[in-house]
Parts: sequence; C-alpha cells; structure tokens
Amino acid sequence: MYKVIIIGSGPAGLTSAIYSARANLNPLVFEGIQPGGQLTITTDVENYPGFPEGIMGPELMDKFREQAQEFGAKTLFENVDRVDFSSRPFKVYVGEKEYVSESIIISTGASAKLLGLESEKKLMGFGVSACATCDGFFFKDKEILVVGGGDSAMEEATYLTKFASSVTIVHRKDHFRASKIMQERALNNSKISVMWNAEIVDMHGDPNDGGLKSVDIRDLQSGDINSHSTDGVFMAIGHKPNSDIFEGQLNLNDSGYILTANDSTKTSIDGVFAAGDIQDFTYRQAVTAAGSGCMAAIEAERFLEDH
Amino acid sequence: MSDFTKDANEDNFDSIVINSDKPVLVDFWAEWCGPCKMLTPTIDAISEEYNDRSTIVKVNVDEAPAIATKYGIRSIPSLLFFNKGKVIEQKVGAVSKEELTSVLDKLIEG
Repeated sequence: MYKVIIIGSGPAGLTSAIYSARANLNPLVFEGIQPGGQLTITTDVENYPGFPEGIMGPELMDKFREQAQEFGAKTLFENVDRVDFSSRPFKVYVGEKEYVSESIIISTGASAKLLGLESEKKLMGFGVSACATCDGFFFKDKEILVVGGGDSAMEEATYLTKFASSVTIVHRKDHFRASKIMQERALNNSKISVMWNAEIVDMHGDPNDGGLKSVDIRDLQSGDINSHSTDGVFMAIGHKPNSDIFEGQLNLNDSGYILTANDSTKTSIDGVFAAGDIQDFTYRQAVTAAGSGCMAAIEAERFLEDH
Repeated sequence: MSDFTKDANEDNFDSIVINSDKPVLVDFWAEWCGPCKMLTPTIDAISEEYNDRSTIVKVNVDEAPAIATKYGIRSIPSLLFFNKGKVIEQKVGAVSKEELTSVLDKLIEG
C-alpha cells in the first residue's frame, strides 16, 4: 500500500511528488498519456521564474521529474483508467491492475478542446491535430488552417510557419481575444492570414487514403458554406479538464473542474486532493500549478499524520 | 529499448519490414514526442513476448523522414502493421497493449 498516489505528471503533479518524496512519503506518480503534461507540447517557456533566458517546456518538465526522482518518487509511464474513492484506502486501476493508497493527489490537468465533429474524430492524426509542436513536423510546405482566436491559436499559427507554406487562422469572431503581443507576432508574419467570422462545419478525407483533403467553412455573416482544400487543421480553441474518471465520485463544477475548498486543495472526499489545471479555471499557469501541487503535498502529509 | 526491437532507417527498411516473412509492427516516433515515450514500455513488452512470431521495429522520423512521408504519417506515435510488405492496419496515439497485440494475434494466425 502507498501513502500517496499522484495521478498526473505536469508541474502540479511533479511538484507534489518533490514535496511528498522529501517528506519520506514515497509517492507513486502515474504519468498518464502525456508525461510532463501540457508544457511538453510547448516550445519556449519565458515566464517560469528562475530561467531568465527561458527554457524549453519538455526540458523544464524533465528537470521537474528528475528532481522528484532524486528524492525517491517513483514514476510510471502508465495511465489510470478508473478509480474507486468510495472507501479508504483508495483504489486506483491501470487496466486490471489495482494500486492502493491512503491518500490521493489528482493533477490530471486539461487537454485541448475539439469541435466535436464526427469527421474530425475520424481524421484525428490524419491531418487533424490538437498539437502543433507534435505534428507540425509533418506539414513541411503544406497549406494549413489553425482554428481559434486566443493566445494558443496565435502561438500555434506562428510556430507552424516554420514548416507550412501558408497558415490561415479561422476564427468565429471579427477580433481575437489573444493578448496584443501575441496577435502582433502572428499578424506581422507574412505566411499568416486570417479568415474572420468563419467556422469549420465539416471535414473530408479518408484516413486510409492520404487523410484530410478539405473542410467546409461557413461564413457566419452570410451563412454561405464553401469548401476549402487544406492539408491540415490544428485546433486551438481552449481546454477542458481531464476529469472523466472522477465523475460521480468527486464534486465537479458544470465545466468538469474538480471543486476544492477555499485556499485549499481538499476535494469533496477527505484524503483526496486536487492541484493544477484540473481545479484551476482562472490562472492555469505552470507556476500556479506548481504552487498548488506544493499545497496538495503539504495537505496530504497533514492528513496522513491525523489518520 | 528491448533487445528484440529493431531500429529501421531508410537503408534497411525494405529488408527489415517489407521483405519480412513475419508480421511486422512499426512504431514511428521522435525524441520530442511525449506520448511516444509513454508507449515505449508497451512496445518493449510486446517485443519480448512476440519476438519469435513477429518483428517489432522503431522508425525515428527525424532520421528517416522519407519513410514517414511515404506512409503518410501526420502524427506520432503512429503504429503500422505490415504483412507480406503491405500495410494492414494503422493506429495513432498512445494506444493500449491489448489494442496492439490483438492485431498482431490476428496477423500471426493468418
């Protein structure tokens, strides 16, 4: 039996691993389907304190992991499929394998939102992508679309110009909500153009025959739908919390974020804590995730002392 | 990496994969791909278990971009199943061990 099991391996999970390992709680970390979390699919991180020259996201997360392992945290490249928090000790399942722990820290973070089209699902990985840094490599000299209007859409579009011959941002409104500096960076790039008041309503192509070929785009002012040939579509329309496996066991808000007590990482179940983007719909920064990971570890340690 | 997993490149892809007389599972990956790392233990375990009945191959897309292009790879990890030189099935993303072995079992049984 473990004292602490940590589900998720972004800044929140690995910071709680560092703290609970230093407290001799021998934590077990399930790294999940994206070891290192969302920072591993970004490039330069310029706002994490301690790195005045910036640091690459994947490198930063390797350092987090190394620091946690240094103090004895055990990390597994496994994904938790199901949990049972109905009684203590808590149970966590990877396939049929059961792990038991006296306390749990949830730091499963958030992942990219999709449009929700059937065709999008079919073509995911075959021209449709939610990760420019993962898949941009495969779009050298191609014409691609980026969907969204926030900072991440600007960042992805700018990044993709390294590979693509042209990048068109498709946005539902007539203005971006992205920060000024990010907008300017994108709009001043000669490879980037913008399709305003536009929305993708369908996608066409065969996964077994070259993948995505074209998309249908609706002009939201005229209502007209036109076909637009393209080699790739990158989604950057925000994030949703990865809380599916906790539904019905923990109190979540309407958007699926885990609810925690004020100034605390305590969830609706005593001994289960939540840190990082899974419970933060306001700040969502690496440094705030790390901060709440530290809080969760300290709260778990106190919980274990009392029980 | 498991001792039984083979690294293929543009020079030896045909001899290792296309001309193999056993079913082949090819894992397209790169150093910068987080989900690919997650899949490594799964691929290693399958290599150990299936080495007598199939060939498990890794292709680094940075070192062998022409192979990735040839097979239309647009996302990694991508897993291609070959039998007698032809692609029989393709999976994308960090899939489970069972999803991969069920395809291999089918190909081995013929």
